[in-house]
Amino acid sequence: MKAAVVVFPGINRERDMARTLKLVSGHEPAMVWHAETALPAGTDLVVIPGGFSYGDYLRCGAIAARAPIMDAVRAHAAKGGLTLGVCNGFQILCEAGLLPGVLMRNAQLRFICRDVYLKVERSDTPFTRGYNAGQVIRVPVAHGEGNYIADGETIARLEGEGRVLFRYSSPDGMIDPNWNHNGAINAIAGILSDKSNVLGMMPHPENHVETVIGLTDGRGLFAGMVEHLAKAA
Amino acid sequence: MFNNTPAITPELVAEHGLKADEYKRLTDLIGRDPTLTELGIFSAMWNEHCSYKSSKVHLRTLPTKGPHVIQGPGENAGVIDIGDGLACVFKMESHNHPSYIEPYQGAATGVGGILRDVFTMGARPIACLNALSFGAPGHPKTRHLVGGVVAGIGGYGNSFGVPTVGGSVRFHARYDGNILVNAMAVGIAEKDKIFYAAASGVGMPVVYLGSKTGRDGIHGASMASAEFDDDSDEKRPTVQVGDPFAEKLLLEACLEIMHKGCVIAIQDMGAAGLTSSATEMGAKGDLGVTLDLDKVPCREENMSAYEMMLSESQERMLMVLKPDKEQEAEAIFRKWGLDFAVIGETNTSKRFVVRHKGEVMADLPIKELGDSAPEYKRPFVSPAKLPVIDAADVKAQAGIADALEWLIATPDLCSKRWVWEQYDHIIGGNTVQRPGGDAAVVRVEEGPKGLALTTDVTPRYCEADPFEGGKQAVAECWRNLTAVGATPLAITDNLNFGNPERPEIMGQFVGCVRGIGEACKVLNFPVVSGNVSLYNETNGRAILPTPSIGGVGLIEDFKKSATLAFKREGETILLVGETTGWLGQSMYLRELCSREEGAPPPVDLIEERENGDFVRALILDGTATSAHDLSDGGLLVALAEMAMAGGVGARLDEAPDDTPSHAFWFGEDQARYVITVPAGKAKAVLDRAREASVLVSNIGTTGGDTLAISGERAIEIAALRDKSEGWLPAYMAGEI
Repeated sequence: MKAAVVVFPGINRERDMARTLKLVSGHEPAMVWHAETALPAGTDLVVIPGGFSYGDYLRCGAIAARAPIMDAVRAHAAKGGLTLGVCNGFQILCEAGLLPGVLMRNAQLRFICRDVYLKVERSDTPFTRGYNAGQVIRVPVAHGEGNYIADGETIARLEGEGRVLFRYSSPDGMIDPNWNHNGAINAIAGILSDKSNVLGMMPHPENHVETVIGLTDGRGLFAGMVEHLAKAA
Repeated sequence: MFNNTPAITPELVAEHGLKADEYKRLTDLIGRDPTLTELGIFSAMWNEHCSYKSSKVHLRTLPTKGPHVIQGPGENAGVIDIGDGLACVFKMESHNHPSYIEPYQGAATGVGGILRDVFTMGARPIACLNALSFGAPGHPKTRHLVGGVVAGIGGYGNSFGVPTVGGSVRFHARYDGNILVNAMAVGIAEKDKIFYAAASGVGMPVVYLGSKTGRDGIHGASMASAEFDDDSDEKRPTVQVGDPFAEKLLLEACLEIMHKGCVIAIQDMGAAGLTSSATEMGAKGDLGVTLDLDKVPCREENMSAYEMMLSESQERMLMVLKPDKEQEAEAIFRKWGLDFAVIGETNTSKRFVVRHKGEVMADLPIKELGDSAPEYKRPFVSPAKLPVIDAADVKAQAGIADALEWLIATPDLCSKRWVWEQYDHIIGGNTVQRPGGDAAVVRVEEGPKGLALTTDVTPRYCEADPFEGGKQAVAECWRNLTAVGATPLAITDNLNFGNPERPEIMGQFVGCVRGIGEACKVLNFPVVSGNVSLYNETNGRAILPTPSIGGVGLIEDFKKSATLAFKREGETILLVGETTGWLGQSMYLRELCSREEGAPPPVDLIEERENGDFVRALILDGTATSAHDLSDGGLLVALAEMAMAGGVGARLDEAPDDTPSHAFWFGEDQARYVITVPAGKAKAVLDRAREASVLVSNIGTTGGDTLAISGERAIEIAALRDKSEGWLPAYMAGEI
């Protein structure tokens, strides 16, 4: 797997992401500065990690979506290349038009860092072949603006096309407002692009990959991508 | 030669916080009246916050050396050796006054300031902690202050990208007019690549880096050196505004130019901004410094020399760079979008000269600016010893079960989840033990080493007996590190007190410092950095004496660290240490009897060390399956915390005959721990304890979903958890 991690000023989980990519795939990802205009040749996975790009002083991700590197990211996605945006990365993908909808402030108006439960809706995508459909995984969130919303038509299309990949749920997989910490519509935690090659998600699978630190439920996502790319090659 | 308008009047001197004798000291030193800019510089350097003039003579008595100490107090932060060529850089600092006036920005810039102190020395911050003291929950400002401070700490640390892994939160009416926001940062550096403030070399460029200078924070350090009164809200403009994004860029840029070998000396612009950073670099390097303020990047127009010298705008650094690396350094800073300007140079004059628009605005002896600051041996009176309260004289206010359910839902003992969930405590992927335990544990790089981190103090003990309270603060910190299996290495102290000009406040300060020193000596736990915050007082009413202790411990293999959660049913619960049932100054006495009375529990430091070493050994050899230190609320509160964390209850024997049961369960005797061991190993542990002359007793067995004390109503763990988790969210929602 040849991964590229895009780094905007203010991004701060790039080291976590790079470490996890290395751990699971065995290969160091390339770190690509926002001012670059091209991705390294042969890149088969682009990751936009979490953080506060440009301080997120404007709408989250709005400035990063217009950075020089983003044209290359759009081109990569357009030709079907795998693209993963986590947390601020999800916000940036939405702002860049690669995914529909927007992330608003958490319903409780507070930043929240805790482990949450996610129901994996499908296992037949490049990102989730390491899981079973319906499986519940436990991964952390750390965000103040993760409350996903889009217009009714878009939500209906996302649901109809099976593009809601992760939902906040109870530990036994029930969709329940008490387990939806940020108030996202339909408990949406992660969505796919129409060609299923772009995933945006608020939780941080990259922080739950090592037994010695705690849980490893995030590992399946990275292992799944490695397997997908190996099969595709 | 000097621009002497406006004339320096006694009123102007007083407004700058300088007393008449201090002003005379100033004029004697320079042999003339100062310019306004010079007066500002002196006021910045000689205020309490920067000069430590009331505290210095006592701080010198603290033990600051040890085999693993690389740098003690006097630099931006303390540095200790943690082996494998690595050093841990850490410090705690207060941002009390600004946080009361503007809680979000006050707390945010407190975090920003302490992070800069750490990365200025070449370390990448790996964790933040804090120690927060708020007024009574019923005070009209408290809810607003809690919300603002927590959001500010989170807002800065989360964006900067450092995990906030631990801390403490307390409430007491004595903080109604002066809250305390103490922030601690911890970083890791290569041991042989630590950067210091001392400039070296003549004719070296003095470089300004980071954000632009504005008018924010002017006189911030002076504000922190005065009491509040009813008009304190008017001081809002002296609070700085934080920009964590700029700080993150500054971090990456600084570490990059340090890595490339561009830096000779570096100093962050914290309190008293450009003034203190420039004079410190010169004075420590035995050099003069000349600054040309026309070159300073400003974000507001027409800033005067006075304003530039006193601005406390955030996210700024001053460096002396190697001349041949200047271009390389500039390119790195430009890449990160930060300002870079050569604003002066070093020389042999040993004078601090400030030029602006062709005029000399200040020309002062650089060493004396700091070294000749006034130093006071302020008169002090030690408080009278309070009587020891006999537990037999304290009438039980409720049954044991009711008392526990009450205590666990009090503001000081309840869960602080509402607070720490607003802090990103997992970024970095190295947080082994999250908030909520005795100490946080953070993996060092790829391991197996881990650092244990905690902040502690029990202000009501310090008020009742400053010496014992000072000892206890250090001992509890040491105990918390021990309870996760770490070897305590060193502390940073953040000493928060009232007005030192009052002998009784000075008495508290002197007593606490003596107690801290005593404990540090016996526990081999030196002080490597710290901060003093005085004048935490409003309309003559001082805070409780609050010497916050931030401790760092090392665990060779983080996988061996212990947590407080009961792990499984059927394990033997052991109480380590002696229980006399000490109720004086206990939470039980305060919360259930409404009495803040009596002498606090004495701390036997030898016993602390012996009991702690015993517990640590059991953790590291894998015998102890959980461990928890005993502090506020005593034995039963500790057991409840272990049960709630593990979701496993316990069956407990009744209190021994010679101790009233409420005193046994809720007394706050020191040097104690609870551990669990597999039932089959209990006898061997008790034998080991006897050989080591450590008091250990078997008090029960884990299991079930209640805390069941023989002869008492069983206490449901789930109900306890609801009570513990319930208070703070309900309070913040305005429901209580």
